[in-house]
Amino acid sequence: MEYSPPPFFKTGPTPLTRLLIFSLLSLALLITDARFKYLETLRNIVSVVVYPLQRIANAPAEIAHRAGEFFVTHSALRADNAQLNRQNIENAAVLQQFKSLQVENAHLRELLDARKRIGIKSMLAEVLYAARDPFARKIIIDKGSQHDVLNGAPVIDNIGVIGQVTRVYPWVSEATLITDKGQVVPVLNLRNGLRAVLAGAGNDGVLELKFIPLNADFQNGDRLVTSGIDGVYPPGLSVAEVTNVERNAAYLFARITCKPLAGVNNYGQVLIVRQESTHPERPTEEAKPVRGKKGKRNG
Amino acid sequence: MQPRATTLQEILLPVKPAFIIVTLVAALFMNFLPWPGFWTWLKPDFVALVVLYWCIAQPRKIGFTSAWILGLMMDVADGSLFGQHALAYSILAYAGIVLHRRVQMFTLAPQVLHVVMLLLFNDLIVLIIRMLAGSDFPGYRYFLGSLVAAALWPPLSVLLKLPQHPKSDPDHV
Repeated sequence: MEYSPPPFFKTGPTPLTRLLIFSLLSLALLITDARFKYLETLRNIVSVVVYPLQRIANAPAEIAHRAGEFFVTHSALRADNAQLNRQNIENAAVLQQFKSLQVENAHLRELLDARKRIGIKSMLAEVLYAARDPFARKIIIDKGSQHDVLNGAPVIDNIGVIGQVTRVYPWVSEATLITDKGQVVPVLNLRNGLRAVLAGAGNDGVLELKFIPLNADFQNGDRLVTSGIDGVYPPGLSVAEVTNVERNAAYLFARITCKPLAGVNNYGQVLIVRQESTHPERPTEEAKPVRGKKGKRNG
Repeated sequence: MQPRATTLQEILLPVKPAFIIVTLVAALFMNFLPWPGFWTWLKPDFVALVVLYWCIAQPRKIGFTSAWILGLMMDVADGSLFGQHALAYSILAYAGIVLHRRVQMFTLAPQVLHVVMLLLFNDLIVLIIRMLAGSDFPGYRYFLGSLVAAALWPPLSVLLKLPQHPKSDPDHV
């Protein structure tokens, strides 16, 4: 019979063994998540557990905000009201023009037999907090799959695009801001209609236009709007303004930096945009003629 | 550096498991609080700090499982890679459990020196994982949070030890 320590001292596997077990488990999770994206269900389950705590943690800030809203002075409200009225009248003029132009545009498109513009729906959501991940720029929004938020939906504020929903949980969803390094928005230069791809630089308030030839016509102050050719972002939403154009013949492409127009780093309300219909389906690839015997021999 | 045993000898009450759970949930809660702007960089990782505290103070009452599950919760709340905090917290728990006798020897000030190294190591693990996954180096301010967390170590250890002090009963001899 082998001698073993009395049960009083039995504490299970040594710390090193446990460390190895848990490290391997974490590494397996990391690799599956980074490479295969199989773990969304597990994520959803954990998110349901964490959700109440997240909401409670945000309550103090929310209450403070609401209390701040409650205690506004009479004069501030009046000034606000006057300003909003003025803005409303200004907007009304533009809106009337816009409506007639919309009708005209629809007519012209019909005449030209062009595809109709896609109508968009939007849903108001509130930013809960910015994710505490220093490697990415993400915000958490208080609407999720229970409110029919779709993965990939653009998120805008009152000025323009701020990001895109990249992960949907039952009650919250996670949007990646356009300033995130991996985030790309297809844009159009409003001045001359040049198409480009706008990518985040991983810095606050800096965006970069990628793969623009040196002689392309981009100037400081050009406004970039979404082009809509991706089928994800509806066309015509403001995104950014060109701030600096650097043409160095030593490089293949011009270095064009832009700054986002929308309040990317603001907390507050945002709109989750949903397109009513998606793009026409891609033409199916032509079926290759099946050559019976030859195919078999080769394959 | 005075070993604690000569300066302060006090027999503490055993810690209640419920209290450990409450403190861990509170730490998670503190991590979820929204911090504005640049303050996000100064935000200490309370969960790492509290897990490390319990691993050093009560290595038998808390283990890898709770550290690992808390890590998963942090990953989901942050939207980071699944398992990155879990791995970092497991290694932190290991370091805490292995070093607990040594760290407990010291008074609070030298303990901070141990803690700051462990927390920076924790940050380094996360940094390595993310850079392997293709992210950029976020700048040295990334480590600021751990320095703040280490500065919080003395008040935290006093606070978490409060319920363990025996109640002074003047009638009791």
